[in-house]
Amino acid sequence: MAIRILINLARFAVTYVVATVVVFLFMRLIPGDPAQIALGVNATPELLEQTRREFGTDRPLVVQYFEWFGGLLRGDFGTSYLTRTDISPMVLDRVQVSLILVLTAMAVALLVAIPLGTWAAVKHRSFSGVAIGLGSQIGVAIPGFLAGILLVMIFAVGLGWLPANGWTAPAEDFGDFLRRLILPVVALASVQGAILTRYVRSAVLEVMSEDYLRTARAKGLSANGALLKHGLRNAAIPVITVTGVQIAALIIGAVVIERVFVIPGLGSMLLDAVGNRDMLTVQSVVMVLVAITLILNLVVDILYTIIDPRLRRSA
Amino acid sequence: MMRRKNSLFAAAALATAALLGLAGCSAGAGSSSGSGGETPTTATIALTGTPTNLDFTTTAGSAIPQALMSNVYEGLVELDDSGEIVPLLAQEWSVSDDRKTYTFTLQEGVTFSNGAPFTAEDVKFSFDRVKTDWVSSLKTKMDVVENVEVLSDTEVAVHLSTPSNAWLFSLATPVGAIFTPEGVDDLANAPVGTGPYEVASWTPNESIVFETRDDYWGEAPGVEEVTLKYFADATATTNALQTGDVDAIANLQAPELLSSFEADDQFVVTSGTSSGEVSLSMNNRAAPFDDVRVRQAVLYALDEQAILDTAWNGYGSLVATYATPTDPYYEDLTDVYPHDPEKAKELLAEAGQENLSITFTVPTRPYAQAVSEIVVSQLKDVGITATIESAEFPAVWLDEVFTKHDYQMTTVLAVEARDILTVFNDPDYYIGYDNSKIAPIAAEADQADEAGYVEGMQQVARQIVDDAASGVLFLFPNITVAKAGLQGLPENAIVEALNLTDLSWQ
Repeated sequence: MAIRILINLARFAVTYVVATVVVFLFMRLIPGDPAQIALGVNATPELLEQTRREFGTDRPLVVQYFEWFGGLLRGDFGTSYLTRTDISPMVLDRVQVSLILVLTAMAVALLVAIPLGTWAAVKHRSFSGVAIGLGSQIGVAIPGFLAGILLVMIFAVGLGWLPANGWTAPAEDFGDFLRRLILPVVALASVQGAILTRYVRSAVLEVMSEDYLRTARAKGLSANGALLKHGLRNAAIPVITVTGVQIAALIIGAVVIERVFVIPGLGSMLLDAVGNRDMLTVQSVVMVLVAITLILNLVVDILYTIIDPRLRRSA
Repeated sequence: MMRRKNSLFAAAALATAALLGLAGCSAGAGSSSGSGGETPTTATIALTGTPTNLDFTTTAGSAIPQALMSNVYEGLVELDDSGEIVPLLAQEWSVSDDRKTYTFTLQEGVTFSNGAPFTAEDVKFSFDRVKTDWVSSLKTKMDVVENVEVLSDTEVAVHLSTPSNAWLFSLATPVGAIFTPEGVDDLANAPVGTGPYEVASWTPNESIVFETRDDYWGEAPGVEEVTLKYFADATATTNALQTGDVDAIANLQAPELLSSFEADDQFVVTSGTSSGEVSLSMNNRAAPFDDVRVRQAVLYALDEQAILDTAWNGYGSLVATYATPTDPYYEDLTDVYPHDPEKAKELLAEAGQENLSITFTVPTRPYAQAVSEIVVSQLKDVGITATIESAEFPAVWLDEVFTKHDYQMTTVLAVEARDILTVFNDPDYYIGYDNSKIAPIAAEADQADEAGYVEGMQQVARQIVDDAASGVLFLFPNITVAKAGLQGLPENAIVEALNLTDLSWQ
């Protein structure tokens, strides 16, 4: 098991370094000069030159890359071209917001999806089972931003129950934090819940047809008992994988929800930075996203080994 | 065993109930200032287009001066809501007979927000600094200043190399902002000015909080704290106003969202004028628009009123070029090119361009997207096939259109006040207009007395329109929506500053 984790860590490091190169180069390939954007329509060639020097974008790419990479290793993302402030504390702020949003949404989605999906599988021939299957299919088809806009129209603008947008830090005013969290979480969780319900349903259905469940029942366990004792643990493996992948996807995908609800998360930071060609900020945010994705993969892998004893022996 | 399964269901049910319960509890709440019994002391204004930092001496974009000029920074003079130059930090000024020396008498008892007193030395420091430290071609507006002479603490003389009408006007724009030597260390984050507000906090891309100063020299604003809240799109601003998160929207960018506010007497909608021209720029240096007949044909082909009605719900007004009704030299030239498709076709035939295909580069901005389709369809009626090519704004548009001049036709909102010479009196500007005819007239007008200035600039404007140098689709309106009790938001947006010094609750 230790070797397995070491291999995972090595893979993590290599992937991360490769990602830095790719991200760095891509940012240089897209058109748009940060100095030009900072100066706008008031730029003259001399001023452009001066600003490029100030930003350091006039230096060779290799120099720029290693300076940035060196900073990354020290945990220092550098200074934003445009806001002229340190990027690291800003990113840290934004990560917290995005993680609170996405993890809450994921927790809500799982709380709904696990019982609903299991129920839909166990009762897959009954009316309620079919209804859940159908409902989740519709849920998957509705884009999150549409759900968000509808929720704002009904609960914020129409009924006036909840704020339409904005974000308050939990430490600042916890009540207001919760009120502002509800609509975006519901918007994200409704789509995620539908996706996960379908995964749980098919995972449980698959498990139910396995031989060992029949064996367990033959030994005298009830259908539900056999499923709980032997089935759900196995069904959990694909669900954990998809949850891990979905959390990573959700942090990036939440950008649209962050836009709709004016939430200062990582996604909206990325969007603003790309629009302004604030390269160092874009690179930093992307690398944080890459790190989160890789860490989630690592966690999923480790969870596998815990859930499935066979994997512990095999490595 | 069943117990475990039930507890899962129970947890889910509980979570759902908790969410719904929270929603229920807070019903009816969720309103900030403006709805209570007592007069509020704060105001929150929604804006679209966030400043990237707070330093307009090195960073472009109208968002920074919009927030800071008049509120945090003041100049010797400012523009009132009708476009008139009026005193601010200067009590009065006199001009020498040769029109080259301006002597300003300064307000007394003025301090900066860091406590430093304001004297003539600060004027000298600020004007000199434009030439040495500013990284923006706006700095050229100070080129005409030969030297700044401190006569006493409250008197300063500015010597110009040649007389200049444009220079005094420039003093009302960001280049005229007065700084103190002790307050320029971190302009991007901590601005220090003589205005009635100081920046209490700034969160990039989110908000700026202003607090009024106790030691402000002039009349204090009627609120204690103003928050500028930045939104990515117009719908989010109207939602925020409707749910009470903000008290007003300054310069709403989506007139189609106005209907629900106009019918509701809790809100007041005003539509003033601005200095922002939604241009239809044609590349004068490249085919086919290097032929004046083709440019004129386009202007005959367009029905600007229809464009304004369709794209911007009729809000805004029509002008012929970059001279606007609040400029002293404005004259209505909109009838030079009436909507006349037949005339357009004739001109195209004359130019040998009956079946013209062009590319229309449209920046990714709401106004640009809104006008593009109808412009294309009107051009089609006279035989011009325009293909829309979307250009990400600002990055790609600045790079391709503005810097490399690699375009045929484009549209962009030009917000700067009195920008007609910036745009047309420079053959290297992206429009590429041959300015040989207007340059001498413009130079003479700048040095003339007031009447001569107006007369000369009118001549310039007429020449530009005759040459069909470029079109203006419409003049952007300044649409403001505010809660009924909030007073003092400026109706017009003539300079970039969003002047919040008269804000109060009734």
